[in-house]
This record gives sequence, C-alpha cells and structure tokens, in this order.
Amino acid sequence: MAKQTLRTLLGASLMAVASLAQAAEPRVVAITQIVEHPALDAVYQGVKDELAERGYTEGDNLKVMHESAQGNSAIASQIARKFIGDSPDVIVAIATPSAQTVAAAARNIPVVFAAVTDPVGAKLVKNAEAPGANITGVSDMLPIDKHLDMLLRVVPGAKRVGTVYNPGEANAVSLVELLEERLQARGLTLVKGAATKTSEVLGAARSLVGKVDAIYLTTDNTVISAAEAVISVGERAKIPVFAADTATVARGAVAAMGFDYYDHGRQAGVMVARILEGEKPGDMAVETMEKLDLFVNPEAGERMGITLSDDVIAEAAEVVKSDK
Amino acid sequence: MLSDIALYGAIETGLIYGLVAFAIYLSFRVLDFPDLTVDGSFPLGAAVAAVLIIDGWDPWLATGCAVLAGMAAGAVTAILNVKLKILNLLASILTMIALYSVNLRVMGRPNIALLGEDTVLTPWYSLDLPYHQVPVLLFVIVIFASLILLWRFMKSETGLAMRATGANPRMARAQGIATGAMIILGVAVSNGLVGLAGALFAQSQGAADVTMGVGVIVIGLASLIGGEAVITPSTVVRALIACVVGAIIYRLAIAFALNADFLGLQAQDLNLITAVLVTLAIVLPGIRSSVVGKLTRKKA
Repeated sequence: MAKQTLRTLLGASLMAVASLAQAAEPRVVAITQIVEHPALDAVYQGVKDELAERGYTEGDNLKVMHESAQGNSAIASQIARKFIGDSPDVIVAIATPSAQTVAAAARNIPVVFAAVTDPVGAKLVKNAEAPGANITGVSDMLPIDKHLDMLLRVVPGAKRVGTVYNPGEANAVSLVELLEERLQARGLTLVKGAATKTSEVLGAARSLVGKVDAIYLTTDNTVISAAEAVISVGERAKIPVFAADTATVARGAVAAMGFDYYDHGRQAGVMVARILEGEKPGDMAVETMEKLDLFVNPEAGERMGITLSDDVIAEAAEVVKSDK
Repeated sequence: MLSDIALYGAIETGLIYGLVAFAIYLSFRVLDFPDLTVDGSFPLGAAVAAVLIIDGWDPWLATGCAVLAGMAAGAVTAILNVKLKILNLLASILTMIALYSVNLRVMGRPNIALLGEDTVLTPWYSLDLPYHQVPVLLFVIVIFASLILLWRFMKSETGLAMRATGANPRMARAQGIATGAMIILGVAVSNGLVGLAGALFAQSQGAADVTMGVGVIVIGLASLIGGEAVITPSTVVRALIACVVGAIIYRLAIAFALNADFLGLQAQDLNLITAVLVTLAIVLPGIRSSVVGKLTRKKA
C-alpha cells in the first residue's frame, strides 16, 4: 500500500514536470484485451500507471483507447481493425488471441503485447531476441532460470532436481521440457515423477525420495492442487520443496518467486513509452518478467532440513508462516 | 468516423458470418431444427484447417477438410436425434460440448497460430489492392458461390424434399420422403457451412483458438433475424441474401458501436446491443405491417 502511494506521488511529480515540457498534440495508445479478468485488468492498469509515471497524462498529452472483446474472437478482430484504422502511436494487445488478431492486420503500427506466454509459438515474433517487425512485448512465461538461481542459492550443492507433473496437461509438459533443458544447461539432472490425477501425486513424490536433492514444482494444476502431498514427503525425507507460484509457500513450500500482473503491465508500459520516444519495436527484444517477488517460509525450511540464510530472508518480499 | 480499415474489417467478418447465417437458415428455418452444434463446429473447422495448414497441406484442401469435419459433426447431432430419438436441442448441445474436447485433441493445444503461414488469402495479396480489401474480395466470391450452390440445391428434388420435411414432416413422410435422411443431410450441410466459416475466420485472423466458438449461434441468429427484417424472405434467394445482408449489418453495427464514443457506447455494451437489435428486428416489421406472425410464430 505504501509502495502504491509512493508510486502515485512520484508519478504526480513527474507528470507536473512533463506537462511543462510537452504541450504538443496527444500521443495515442490503443489497448485491446480479450476479456475482463482480474489478471488482465491489472495489466491494463499497470500500462496506464507506468505511462502516467513517465509523464504521459491522460487527457493532456496522452489519449488512451481501451476495448475488451468480452471473450469473443470476432469482436476482438473488429477491435483490432478499428484500432489499426485509427492509426494510434502504439497498440497494446493483452493476451494471445488479441495479440494474434492485431498482428494479422497491423502493417506499420507498433504493437506491444502483454500476458502472452509463448510469443514465438504464437507466431507473434520469429525471434524473441530480435523481433525485426513491428511487434514486441512482455511474455508471462515462468522465469525458470531465475527460479533455478534461487533454488541453487538455498541448496548450493544440489545436483539432481526432482519434479512432479501431469503428463496429460499440455502446459505442464512444455514447462517440464523447458525445466529439463535449463537444468541440463547447468549440468544438473531432472528426475521426473508422473501423476495423471491428484490421488497419484503422493506416490509420484515418494518415487523421488533418495534420487533428488531438491524438488521444484511448476504451475501444474494437478500437482499444485495436491501440493501438500509433495510437501509432506519433503518434510519426512528432508528434501526442500520449491514452487513456481507464491501461494504454495503458505502451504509449506520453502520458497517461490512470483510476479504480479500489475507489475507485468508496468513493464509493458515501459516498452510503450520507449516506442513513444522513438525506439523501433523490431529492435526491442521480447522481455520476460524482471520484477519478481521472493516469498520464503523459514519454518518449512527447518522441517525439510535446511536453514534459510539471513540475506535470503532479508531479500524476501514476504516471509510466510505455514497455515498449519 | 469509421476508418476504411474498420469498415472493410466489419464487412470481411460479416461475410464470414454470412455463411453461419446460411447454416442457421438451413437448420432453424428450413428444417425447424434448433441446432447449437455450430458453437462447436465453428472452432472445429478452424482447428482442422489450422492443423492441416501447419502440416503443409494446400490451404484450400485444408479448408475442404474443415467443411467435411463440420458436416461430420452435424451428422452426429442429427443421428442422435433421428436414430436415438434424443430431443433435437439436447442432441445439438451434447455434440457441442463433446466438440470442445475433440477440438483440443485435434489441435493438441488451445491455440494454433497461422501468422505468416500460407493461407487461402496469401496468393490474393499480390493483387494491386489495399491489403484490407483483399479478404473482402475473396470472401465475396466464396459467399456468392455458396449462395448459388445452396439456391440450386434448394430447388433440386432433394432440396424440395428437405423443405417439405421441415414444413410438415407428417405430410412429407406420406409423400414417401425419408425425413430422417433429410434431417441428417440438412444438419450436416448446415454444419459444413459453419466449418467453412471457421476455417476462413482462422485464416483471416491468424490463429485457431478453442474459445472461438463462443456465441456463434447467437450472432448467426441475430444476423438471420436482422436480415429478414430488412429483406422479406419470401423466396429462397431473398432469404439467402437476407442472411448475408443481416450478417454484414450486425458487424457494421458493432463497428459503429466501437466508434460511437459520442453515444457513450463501448464494446462491453455489445451483448445488450445485440439483444436490442434482435428485439427490434422482430418487433419492427410487425408495427410496419401485420406480418408479425411470420417472425414470431413460424409458418403459422
């Protein structure tokens, strides 16, 4: 809350400075979003707040157009056509379907996408490092590398990392493939336990005992529903359990780094501002989340046989006590 | 005011939904078969076309397969109704929800991107036309061809038998028409058209998505009823033209609503606008003349 107030204050003072500096005609930012949803609405708010903080005041030197397709793809397409026809300075497309329909029709207008997990798979960009065309943006892909950095900081000697996943969940499978690739790049091995339903999670977690130094859970819906089963195995076998989502920390995982969609929107807002200032989207690499919040649960660490160092705890955005 | 791109975009989407309106005319009006399968066969057509195009198939061949997939889905609904005696509305709901799983299986994931792939539109972009007019040209040709084919079909012996089946099944049976077969054929053709619409929509939008089918039935119905309010469907040709006109009017109304800042209307008001449009379309002709029975009670 205090952070929010500070931001507003900072934003207001910057706005005052900026409004003196720029009195030219307003820049136009058009924001299309596939559906009203708390996370996507937060992205929209984040983009607007970031622009405000950077001196773009709505109604003064900035005009924001915002439309939601209410989950209807034909309307999303018409919103895209309307925005392209109005030729704003930047179009912001929130979520994959909205981004794809804008990308299908936008020829020269800069586009910034947000809340898109796999922009290369969605064919929005050919190369995430150098998009080349008129489209770039922020991906909400799990920052697995940053998660692994954190895991290795807490468990420095870890050589074998275990995970439990549902092979029937497409999203989970692709995350596990990515996890395996990132671990191999560091010379570590991944040990997998498969659970096709929540009742199998306990067995899958037990199969990891003795084979792994730490357990990392992705945002697999099946496994997260039964995260307590993995955590209880971790406690009994003294294997620290890490999660990709911060909510699991309160349920007894040692630590997790998550992000908030409002900050995701702020990051997209930075890209919009850079384009307004003259940068070309084709030269701007697709970004993943930079601002991550570390959640730690020292008591859970004790139960799993590790002690979180003071500097890790000091860095945490939140020190959680287990619910139980 | 409405920009060129928004205007042609509305016509483009309207032409695609004109195919859906044809389908709904065929099921609701001709066969008297309330068919909700379309909410599933639209993304099915998109999914089949997208998967095959990604696989390197010729886009027209992929689109043809999408039509066949839609027809198969329609046939399933009709067989559930005709052979297993399940109420028509319920049969179509069953197929519709089953198709959600089928579509996920077909695609293997919830979204397949077609951006940058060769689609039916690709060769047309080399024409000397602004890029936003190209899809309109192609879809006008597609819908005109579909209209002619449907019209000729309705005038054929099979088509007449199908119309008789919808108008008076008992009499049709007495005349020796196999009404069950007519229903299966009609609902299959209807969903084949929806599969075609889904395939074309995915190619013009750059992606197939499992959620694409949401509300297709309502938009199709609104287009059909809106069109009938403008053009009295006294003959088959007029009814088919009414479908296209209605679908385009509906899309133009949305484009104007998106632009109508001065009215304070926004995209989130669209569902309300749809309801008002459909209501007006039903009520207005009744005020104008006394043919209200034609629209409120079918073929009384």
